[in-house]
Amino acid sequence: MIELTINGTKHKFPEGKTLLECIESTGIKIPTLCYHKALTPYGACRLCLVEITQNGRSAIQSSCTYPAINKLVVNTESEKVIKTRKVMFELLLARCPDSEAIQKLAGEYGVKETRFEKKKEDCFLCGLCVRMCRERMGISAINFINRGSKRKVCPPFDANSDVCQTCGACASICLTERIKLEEISKNEVVPIKHEYNEGLIDRPAAYIPYPQAVPNKATIDERYCVHMLKDACGVCKEFCEAEAIDYEQKEKEIELNVGAVILSPGFEIFNARIKEDLGYGNYPNVVTSLEFERILSASGPYLGKVLRPSDETEPKRIGFIQCVGSREAERDYCSSVCCMYATKEAIIAKEHAGEDLKCDIFIMDMRAFSKGFDEYYQRAQELGVDYIRCRPPSVKEIPETKNLLIEYLGEDDKKETCEYDLVVLSVGLQPPKSVKEISEKFGIDLNEFNFCKTSPFKPVESTREGIYVSGPFTEPKDIPETIMQASGASSKILSLLKDVKGSLIVPKEYPPEVDVSGQEPRIGVFVCHCGTNIAGVVNVPSVVEYAKTLPNVVYADNNLYTCSNDTQVLIKEKIKEHELNRVVVASCTPRTHEPLFRNTVREAGLNPYLFEMANIRDQCSWVHMMEPEKASEKSKDLVRMAVAKARLLDPLQKRSVSIIKSALIIGGGISGLTSATELAAQGYDVHLVEKEKELGGNVSRVHYLLNGDNPQDELKRLIEEVKKSEKIHLYTETKIENIEGSIGNFKTTISTKGKSEEFEHGVVIVATGAQEYKPKEYLYGQHEGIMTQLELEQRLSTNGDLLAATGKSVPKNIVMIQCVGSRDEERPYCSRICCSDAIKNALKIKELSPETNIYVLYRDVRTYGFRESYYTKARENGVVFMRYDEDRKPEVSNNGDGLRVEVFDQTLEMPIEISADLVILSAGIVAHKGNEEIAKFLKVPLTKEKFFLEAHMKLRPVDFATDGVYLCGLAHSAKAMDESIIQAQAAASRAATILSQDSIELEANISHVIDESCDGCAYCIEPCPYQAITLIEYMREGSVKKTVDVDETACKGCGCCMATCPKKGIFVRGFKLEQIGAQVNAAIGAQ
Amino acid sequence: MKDEFEPLIVSFCCNWCSYAGADLAGVSRLQYPHNIRIIRVMCSGMVHPNLVIEALTKGADGVLMCGCHPGDCHYEEGNLKAEKRADAIFLMLEDFGLEPERFRLEWVSASEGPKFAQVAREFTEQIKKLGPNPFKA
Repeated sequence: MIELTINGTKHKFPEGKTLLECIESTGIKIPTLCYHKALTPYGACRLCLVEITQNGRSAIQSSCTYPAINKLVVNTESEKVIKTRKVMFELLLARCPDSEAIQKLAGEYGVKETRFEKKKEDCFLCGLCVRMCRERMGISAINFINRGSKRKVCPPFDANSDVCQTCGACASICLTERIKLEEISKNEVVPIKHEYNEGLIDRPAAYIPYPQAVPNKATIDERYCVHMLKDACGVCKEFCEAEAIDYEQKEKEIELNVGAVILSPGFEIFNARIKEDLGYGNYPNVVTSLEFERILSASGPYLGKVLRPSDETEPKRIGFIQCVGSREAERDYCSSVCCMYATKEAIIAKEHAGEDLKCDIFIMDMRAFSKGFDEYYQRAQELGVDYIRCRPPSVKEIPETKNLLIEYLGEDDKKETCEYDLVVLSVGLQPPKSVKEISEKFGIDLNEFNFCKTSPFKPVESTREGIYVSGPFTEPKDIPETIMQASGASSKILSLLKDVKGSLIVPKEYPPEVDVSGQEPRIGVFVCHCGTNIAGVVNVPSVVEYAKTLPNVVYADNNLYTCSNDTQVLIKEKIKEHELNRVVVASCTPRTHEPLFRNTVREAGLNPYLFEMANIRDQCSWVHMMEPEKASEKSKDLVRMAVAKARLLDPLQKRSVSIIKSALIIGGGISGLTSATELAAQGYDVHLVEKEKELGGNVSRVHYLLNGDNPQDELKRLIEEVKKSEKIHLYTETKIENIEGSIGNFKTTISTKGKSEEFEHGVVIVATGAQEYKPKEYLYGQHEGIMTQLELEQRLSTNGDLLAATGKSVPKNIVMIQCVGSRDEERPYCSRICCSDAIKNALKIKELSPETNIYVLYRDVRTYGFRESYYTKARENGVVFMRYDEDRKPEVSNNGDGLRVEVFDQTLEMPIEISADLVILSAGIVAHKGNEEIAKFLKVPLTKEKFFLEAHMKLRPVDFATDGVYLCGLAHSAKAMDESIIQAQAAASRAATILSQDSIELEANISHVIDESCDGCAYCIEPCPYQAITLIEYMREGSVKKTVDVDETACKGCGCCMATCPKKGIFVRGFKLEQIGAQVNAAIGAQ
Repeated sequence: MKDEFEPLIVSFCCNWCSYAGADLAGVSRLQYPHNIRIIRVMCSGMVHPNLVIEALTKGADGVLMCGCHPGDCHYEEGNLKAEKRADAIFLMLEDFGLEPERFRLEWVSASEGPKFAQVAREFTEQIKKLGPNPFKA
């Protein structure tokens, strides 16, 4: 060991170090530019100068190159040192005035201007690149040449090097961004494309794949890592203070024994290069929709600015081309999601770039067929997004401007040309490339489009038993449908594996909880360096010292990584050693790390709620990187605020409620029947309530599906299974009189033909269905030749001939009118199935009577997914499709000797008159009136069209915001039979997450009433989004006391009640007014 | 030379959207002024108007409340309640003789790191222009 005196204080260091290494290890910061931990010191920038005194003589020396010699006296901040450093900064600023690295460091040192003449050089000869290439890469592709003022960095003989491996280390370390690999290397420079950003930007070989990656850790791409390929570099290992780099890690093969498999390999987007005429790959400003999604993203290549790739300027006009790789001969299916994502991208682009941005979307049909989509489409139009009905065959570039031209046939069949700054291709979905391999490996069949084959009644099952499927692997689909199918698949597995369920789970055991009531707070503060993430900006030791001065803090220290395993052990030790009864960690965000630390304090016997965090990384060191002093001050403030709250923390207990292991299912249609059999198969009791005499609902009126299957046999089998099941208690002709209670413990009263009955259950599934709209328009009910699609189907299937449908002769002309009772002012939604149903019946008629003419009058043909191929088939079979406009609806008249339909064909742009034997109305789907009563019983919301409203339109499509209540089928929104089955399976799966537990823990941070303070004013009742608060009265000291009561199973702790209360009579545990108030006071330094 | 006025701003951010948005600003290393002290609340709808008034009367130079965009609230519509209360807060500020610009309500989603940083910059600038809170003296 040697001894140095640094700024008057003696320190001991191991031998063989440089002065700079010794000084920095004491926490003293020295400015450096040419110094790099991984390289030999070079002493070029002269900023690390210090004054050393030895044998009575003092001298200025660069500390990075000077060896630490015993007994040396060092001054890092003497007047001479500071003066010299400032001159050095000025010289550097004069040589390279544009270098941000020099400007930043000089600015921090208080040097903003230079007195010397500015030279506009782009290199100050720090030699980082030269040393990196020679020492770490072992190549020496570049070096210094010449002397004096002609000295510069370049490859030997100033010619492009053939030994350069184009690794880019020199460029990445360069402080003046001067090095261009193309100027150095003879070899082709191949940047690593950032996959998540669709290759719009490059990435390094060591990287975190994307911001939401799970786990959110860096990985090394062995295809590019110089160390892994050539045994050189290895810089990252030296830098990682957590010592997490392990170059030896290899892929491992793991064998698992499983009882079932779910395949969810997802989809790939269509390769737009195949459509050469659209210019993708040749014209830089033609991008795919996924690339545009990244361009719009705040974490994308342009940080959310709408810019085009060629020159990174803001486009003024964007054109979207739909159906790229969908709805064509080779891929005769609709990708289902492109119309809506293009609409969304157009809206967001306008939000980001301003209203003046012009967005045109070239569509064939607008397929906004899901819940709420048509309203979104309306909104887009109101915001100025234009929809042009045309499929442009080609895109041409104007070479000078890189703008793009789209030619299309406009109104009156006139050829029109539009110029755009950016063109987005809405690429379709296709099966993953590995689909063949997957199908062979797992022994499952694929369908004609190479998606996984399923069937309408088994929509989550592959053709091989025990292998289930979900997501776009089975058909292109949106997020909610994917989530439903995934839940549906897990329901199947829950019943298959019910006997071994939970057998691999080892419950965690905790020591008994210490009682801290009545104790004075003893707070421990752990301040995290997070490597250099915090400590590189914030002076962590000073925060620790500050924390020690705060009231009730009895222990404070810093840790390199507070989240590491060894620190968890340390925290537990310190809790015991110092008898801590509150813990504060100052590190990152509680959103990711609070659960970990709460678990740690619980393992030490403390209540997990006696814990608080100060976010000094995400909300401090990372956002104030240029202001280390201010960031240090702010960190102290944040710690003070956390300690102030910690002082007032109470131990909280999660209440648990026991679960009655049975379900109420409302509705005996296909959805209710499916949910019932699923839950029964998993071993739970089911009360299935149907208001009609017969089970089966709407499906009992469906006699053939689009693919020709007759659903009646399957329906009959399902009804039999329900009737036979010992687990299912069936109540038909039964009305629900009342439902009370909440998750785990509901009580329902029913009446069957006047007889009342009551039962208890733990969960509810709402499967009340919906019904066909009874048209008021188009002379419905006034002529026997006018009927709905369902009525037509009924007649076609009963007698199997068309005569039965007309009653007279084989009809010559049949007109079908779409969107009857859908997409109008009263019901602005799409009923989703009518287009497919019309085509289904049209194909059936053509099968029975090929010579019958069928005219389908439509607004958009919405045959999404594989339904598209039946639309193609219908056109091939001669079914005529005519588009009408919402403002010019067809007219039906009865002139005595027959029906006439007048329509203005938007494509031909002329009025057409058809004499029709039959007019078939594609009547929409409307919600049941009874939904309102059920919604009231369950305290769940309805949409304005009286369908039930789920917890989240995308991510929670079968849950209600109210726990323990689920929905499926037409009660949720219009959908096809197979989609109802999927959602019903999903609802059963979601219900089983509750039923499979004996009890569930409720949130601890919920509302609590202080009866003393509450005067029963009831202001808090209305704001509660969960209707969890009720006004109650009771007798106290001879008089009536009013107060409120919180249903703890319904409360979610939003605190709307607390913010409304004028008397401080109700609060949210863990977020009391006093607790938040203490944070406020601590923030502003008030008492 | 007198130091530039550095305001102190208290910010209430809801756990689900805005606090996450502020975290994302950090993850994205978006720089904004150091003047903001964020207090995490579960919902913007839980912030009692008294907390805002207290902060401003005890010396905070500004209060920034951030919640989820309308329709995105984790608790259905707590943010809309915060919006209603904001009106009451403005009235109370008037009573205290404080400028309404010292309080601001913003919608910041979990994916809007850039927006949070932008709002922080703008609001700090706004408060700097207003000068120190008269109650502080």
